[in-house]
Amino acid sequence: MQDNNWRILTRPLIDDNPLTLQILGICSALAVTTSLDTALLMSLVVVCVLAVGSAVVSLMRRQIPRSVRIIVQITVIATLVIVVDQLLQAYAFELSKRLSVFVGLIITNCIVLGRAEGYAMHNGVVASTLDGIGNGLGYSLILIMVGAIREFFGKGSLLNLQILVPTSQGGSFEPLQLMLLPPSAFFIIGGIIWLIRRRRPRQVEKPEFSLRDERRISK
Amino acid sequence: MSETAARDSTSRALTLALAVAFVCGLLVSVVAVTLRPIQRANIEAERIAQLELVLAALSGIGHAQSIESLEQRMVELDSGRFDDGIDGASFDAARAATSPATSVAIPDEQDLAGLRRRARHARIYLVRGDDEHIDLIILPVSGRGYQSTLHAWLVMDGDTRTLRALKFYQHGETPGVGARIEEAQWEAQWQDLRAFDDTGVLRIGVRSPGGGYSDDAAYQVDGISGATRTMQGVDGMLRFWLGEFGYSTFLQRVREEQL
Repeated sequence: MQDNNWRILTRPLIDDNPLTLQILGICSALAVTTSLDTALLMSLVVVCVLAVGSAVVSLMRRQIPRSVRIIVQITVIATLVIVVDQLLQAYAFELSKRLSVFVGLIITNCIVLGRAEGYAMHNGVVASTLDGIGNGLGYSLILIMVGAIREFFGKGSLLNLQILVPTSQGGSFEPLQLMLLPPSAFFIIGGIIWLIRRRRPRQVEKPEFSLRDERRISK
Repeated sequence: MSETAARDSTSRALTLALAVAFVCGLLVSVVAVTLRPIQRANIEAERIAQLELVLAALSGIGHAQSIESLEQRMVELDSGRFDDGIDGASFDAARAATSPATSVAIPDEQDLAGLRRRARHARIYLVRGDDEHIDLIILPVSGRGYQSTLHAWLVMDGDTRTLRALKFYQHGETPGVGARIEEAQWEAQWQDLRAFDDTGVLRIGVRSPGGGYSDDAAYQVDGISGATRTMQGVDGMLRFWLGEFGYSTFLQRVREEQL
């Protein structure tokens, strides 16, 4: 049982990562990873929402009528997100301003609803909570990697601590402006997915259809 | 089978949906109300910090460097007179603008900023030069943007006709689009822009797309592409607050009486 719980918690980190295997939650991953501190805060928020959301949905799973289950799940998730958003506005005002709408948009993050509908509706509270935390950590892992890469190459700093001196201040480091724009996150996430799938070829999706052999057509 | 049937009955679904909605609604309300004082304090600190930023940017022109050296005054907007009967330090602008006792309804045709109500009083700041002449007048303004209320500091020159700065300190516009009103490059356009022409007619605004060249062009700034509704909000906000329902009576009084 212990071993099983450990599997539930660690599987979503790499083997079943919501971002790199299921390609969910990409929108927020592009938006909040311009620096490491926003990525960290977003990660924390998503882990909390996923853990509590999955736990609550799992607790209610025998009571929720099938006809309104998605609405009930979304209501629970939305409540949690609003509460967290209010807390951030009260206790982390500066960072919450930088995360702006993306905290609210966690409601529409497919990972949260996906875990509630796909896992918590059919599993016990402990397993669901662990699954929520695991998926949150899987999302966080990628977010933090992307955030660190973008902030380091885009600004020469980590957690606002200047590491490389940019040319504008007499140093030798030329900041990569592209890193601060959303497309760079696409490239970085794409690179991470490629790396993981090279290491774990089982994650490579089978082609949905194969092209006809071209030599035969030309004949 | 019977258990799932009971679970899926309409009355059961309705009861559960209502119960979930009630509990969630209660939780959100309680959290929002308990945290509001802290959030308000954060916004207040932000407002002062932005005011200090404006002052720093203006330090070449003005003499005040810190918020303490500003002269804080309460102005009764209808008469344009100072009203020292109200304590400026404890004045809650947000509350004053909505409470029926301390605010007035704005007539629809005059409500360019989309505010519906306006406080009777405003807390403004003055910067005086060495000879006690007013150098700068710092006015709080607000108006409806695209999806939020915009709040800004409007800095007028002592001549009461020229803008020195416009600095937005609170808004919830779309990041990357409407939120660019905070960018220094765009804000710089307002510096030393004439708001009124020599005859005293208010002409300031945001250039409308495809509007071409007009006589007003010298009094207008370029808008931000893609942020049309935010631009309309900024334009309306300035026209309202510098108009007769806003600060124009007060500004006229400053001009005529050399307060």
